[in-house]
Amino acid sequence: MDAKRVETISARVDAAVSSSDSVEDELELSAVRHRPEGLEQLEAQTRFSRKELQILYRGFKNECPSGVVNEETFKDIYSQFFPQGDASTYAHFLFNAFDTDHNGSVSFEDFVMGLSILLRGTIQEKLNWAFNLYDINKDGYITKEEMLDIMKAIYDMMGKCTYPVLKEETPRQHVEVFFQKMDKNKDGVVTIDEFIDCCQNDENIMRSMHLFENVL
Amino acid sequence: MATGVAAWLPFARAAAIGWMPVANCPMPVAPRDNSKRQDELIILNVSGRRFQTWRTTLDRYPDTLLGSSEKDFFYNEETKEYFFDRDPDAFRSILNFYRTGKLHYPRHECISAYDEELTFFGIIPEIIGDCCYEEYKDRKRENLERLQDDQEENKDMKMPNMNFRETMWRAFENPHTSTMALVFYYVTGFFIAISVITNVVETVPCGSTANQKDMPCGERYTVAFFCMDTACVMIFTVEYLMRLFAAPSRYRFMRSVMSIIDVVAILPYYIGLVMTNNEDVSGAFVTLRVFRVFRIFKFSRHSQGLRILGYTLKSCASELGFLLFSLTMAIIIFATVMFYAEKGSSSSKFTSIPASFWYTIVTMTTLGYGDMVPKTIAGKIFGSICSLSGVLVIALPVPVIVSNFSRIYHQNQRADKRRAQKKARLARIRIAKSGSANAFLQSKHNGLLNELLELTGTEDEEQKLTKSISLLESQHHHLLHCLEKTTAHEFVDEQIYEQNCLETALQTFPSRSPSMSGHDSPAGSCCGRRGKKNTPLPNASLPTAHPIPTHQGPLQELSAIHIQCSDPLSHTASRSNLNLKTGDSSKINCKGGRITTAIISLPTPPALTPDGDGLHGPPQRRPPPPPGHPPPPSIQTTMSSAGTNIVKVSAL
Repeated sequence: MDAKRVETISARVDAAVSSSDSVEDELELSAVRHRPEGLEQLEAQTRFSRKELQILYRGFKNECPSGVVNEETFKDIYSQFFPQGDASTYAHFLFNAFDTDHNGSVSFEDFVMGLSILLRGTIQEKLNWAFNLYDINKDGYITKEEMLDIMKAIYDMMGKCTYPVLKEETPRQHVEVFFQKMDKNKDGVVTIDEFIDCCQNDENIMRSMHLFENVL
Repeated sequence: MATGVAAWLPFARAAAIGWMPVANCPMPVAPRDNSKRQDELIILNVSGRRFQTWRTTLDRYPDTLLGSSEKDFFYNEETKEYFFDRDPDAFRSILNFYRTGKLHYPRHECISAYDEELTFFGIIPEIIGDCCYEEYKDRKRENLERLQDDQEENKDMKMPNMNFRETMWRAFENPHTSTMALVFYYVTGFFIAISVITNVVETVPCGSTANQKDMPCGERYTVAFFCMDTACVMIFTVEYLMRLFAAPSRYRFMRSVMSIIDVVAILPYYIGLVMTNNEDVSGAFVTLRVFRVFRIFKFSRHSQGLRILGYTLKSCASELGFLLFSLTMAIIIFATVMFYAEKGSSSSKFTSIPASFWYTIVTMTTLGYGDMVPKTIAGKIFGSICSLSGVLVIALPVPVIVSNFSRIYHQNQRADKRRAQKKARLARIRIAKSGSANAFLQSKHNGLLNELLELTGTEDEEQKLTKSISLLESQHHHLLHCLEKTTAHEFVDEQIYEQNCLETALQTFPSRSPSMSGHDSPAGSCCGRRGKKNTPLPNASLPTAHPIPTHQGPLQELSAIHIQCSDPLSHTASRSNLNLKTGDSSKINCKGGRITTAIISLPTPPALTPDGDGLHGPPQRRPPPPPGHPPPPSIQTTMSSAGTNIVKVSAL
C-alpha cells in the first residue's frame, strides 16, 4: 500500500531537490494524492464483490477527490447525518477506529476494510471491531473513563431536545449499567474476552448485529 | 439530511454497529430495500444532446426533478431515455451539480434563462457555490432594477380613480407627468433662484447717495427687497403647504430632509416679522438672515446630481470623520510643539496652544497667510517640518482618499450585501436542516401509523403509505431511530422540549400517570415506558392523568393517538424540505376523517380510553411480549360518542 504513495514521496523529493525556498511550492507539491490498490487485490482482501467495490469507490472518490479522508472532512460528513446534535466527538472515535494504520487519514483501503468487517464479517469480527472502537488507547482494556467518553460522545449526538430530558449523569449511569453487565470479574476494566462472552450471551445484541447486513 | 452525502449513508449505517453493545434495548427493524437494482447508466437526452450518468448520481438529490420520480414523466419508452426539451448548454451546469455537489453559474448565460432552468429542474438558487453566488446575485439585482425601471415608466400612465390628493402628489414628485406640474416645477425653481440672487445682491454696495457713501443696496431699496422677499416666501409657504396636504404620509413627509430644508428656508422671515426692531434682538435677527441661504438647498429637488452628492457624503461620513480625526491629531501635535518652541521669544504671537492651532492649520494646508510666523530657530525648524508634513498629510492622501471613497463605498455595499445574503442563505439552510429533523419526527408518527395499519389496514393502503417515503429517507430515519434506542432517549421538537422543561419545573412531582417516571415497571426496560407527551398537532391539549391500573404484570400504558388527517401530518417526502413547498406533499389517505389509534393494555377495559381527548404520546414500540403474557385482546372498533369516525384499534 505504501508503494502507492510514491507519488507523494517523489513529489516531496523533487520539491526538496529543486531548491525551492518558497514555501508555497512545497505545499503545493506535497498535496496528498492517493491511489488505491487494484480491484482484484481489494476483492481478495474484503468480502465485497467487484460491483460493490466499484459503487463504494465511486461514492468515496466523489466526496474526497484526493482519495483520502482527513479527520475534518470525516467529521463534517458524519455530522450531516445527525443534524440535531453534535457528532464530532463520536466521529473522532470512529475515525480512529477506521484509521487502522494511524497515519491521520483514512484511505479507501481502510474504509473498505472497515466496511467489510461491519457489513460482512462474522459476529466475532464485528464484536472485535466494536471493542476496538471503545478501547480508545488501544491497550486491550476498556476502562470506565474510556467508556464514559464514548458514551458522552453518543449522547452528544442526540442534542439538546430529547425526551426524556438528558441529565448530566445519564451517560454515567449508562456506563454503570454497561460495566455491571460486561465486567464479570469486577476488576474495573472490560477485556476483549469478557466483552465477547457477554455480548454473545445477550440476545438483543446478537440480533442487532445482524441488522445492517443488507446495507449495500 | 444533506443530500450531497447520501453516498455515505451506507457507511454511517455500518458504523452504527458501534452502538449495539452499548444499547440496552432492541433495535428497530431496518427498512427493506425491495428494489435491489443495480446501478445503471441513465441517458438524458436534452434537445438532442445526450448526457449519461449513473442513476445513483441523480439520486443524490431526491428533492429535485432528476432525483425524484418526476423524471418518469419524461421517459421515452421507445428510445429508453429521458427526453427534456430544454437548453443543453444550461443543462451542463445542472448535471455538474449532481456530479460535484456544487452548482455554478455560467457567466455567459442570461440570468433569467438560467433561473428558469433552475426552477424547471427543481433546484433552488441558494445552493449556488460561493464562487459564483455573488455574481449571480449581482446580475439578478441588475435585472430586477431594470424591470423596476420599466415598471416605473409604465406607472406614469395616469391611473384611473386617483383622487385629487394623489394626483397632486404625483405631480409634485414627477414633474414631467403633466403640464401643470411642469409649470409649477419651473416657477418654484425660478423663485428659488430669485430669492438667492436677492440675498446676494442685498449686500452689494449700491453706489453713493447724497446722505452716505457705499450703502448696500439692501438698505437703500429696503421696500423693494422686502417685497421681493415676501413674494418668494409666500410662494415657498404655499408650496410647502400644498406638499404637506398631498403627502400620503404626513408624518413621514415632515421628517424628510427636503421638508426640513423648506421649513428652515422660510422660518427666518416669519420670525423676523414677529420680532420687533429691538436693539437687543436685532443681533439674533441678523443671524437668522443667514439661514436664508439654505434656500439654495431647495435646488436639490430640481437637481439629481445634488441629491447624489448629498447621499455620497452621507455614506462616506466615516471616512471623512477619520480624515478629520487624523488631521486634528497632527494639528494638536504641531501646535503644542510650536507653542513650546516659541515660548521663549518675546512678542511672540504664539500666546497659547489654541492660538497656535491657527498657525498649524494655515501652514499644513500650505496657505501661509503670514500673520503668525515663528521667530526662534527651533520654531522655524519645527515650522518647516510642519509645512512639509502638511503636504504629506493633506495633499498626498487626498486623491487616495477620494479614490478610496469610491472603492470603499462600493466595497461596503458589496460586503453588506454579502452579509445580508449570507444571513438569508444560512436561514434557509437552517430551515432545510430543521426540516430534515422534523421530517424524522413526523415520519416517526407516520411510521407508527404504518405499523398499525399493517395490522388492520388493507394491503394497498400500506403500499400507498410506504411508497411515499424514499428508501434513502427511511434508511436515514432508521439510523436515527437506532440512536434513540441506544441512548433510550427520543428526539423531540423544540416546542415539546421547552414545554417539558416548563412542566418539570412547575411540577414537584409528576401529576401524570406514574408510568412516566418509569419506576414501577418490573420489566425495567428502558423502552418500556413512554410518558404522555403533546405533539404539535392541532387539538392538542394537556394530557389528563389516566388512571393506570396497577397490575402485577409488566405495565404497558394506555395511550391514544388522534391523528388528524390534515396538513400538519402531510409527508415531507419529496420536494418539501429544501424547496420549502410544504403544501403540495401527498396526504395520508384519509380525507378529513380522524383516526384514533389506541394501544390498550390488557386487561384494561377499553372504556378507559378517553374520547375527543387531546393528543398523547405515541404508542411505544414494545418488544415482543415475553412469555407468560395473557393473550392479546381482539381488535375493537367503536364509534365514539362525538360522532366522528374514530376507529379505535387495539393491538399488541
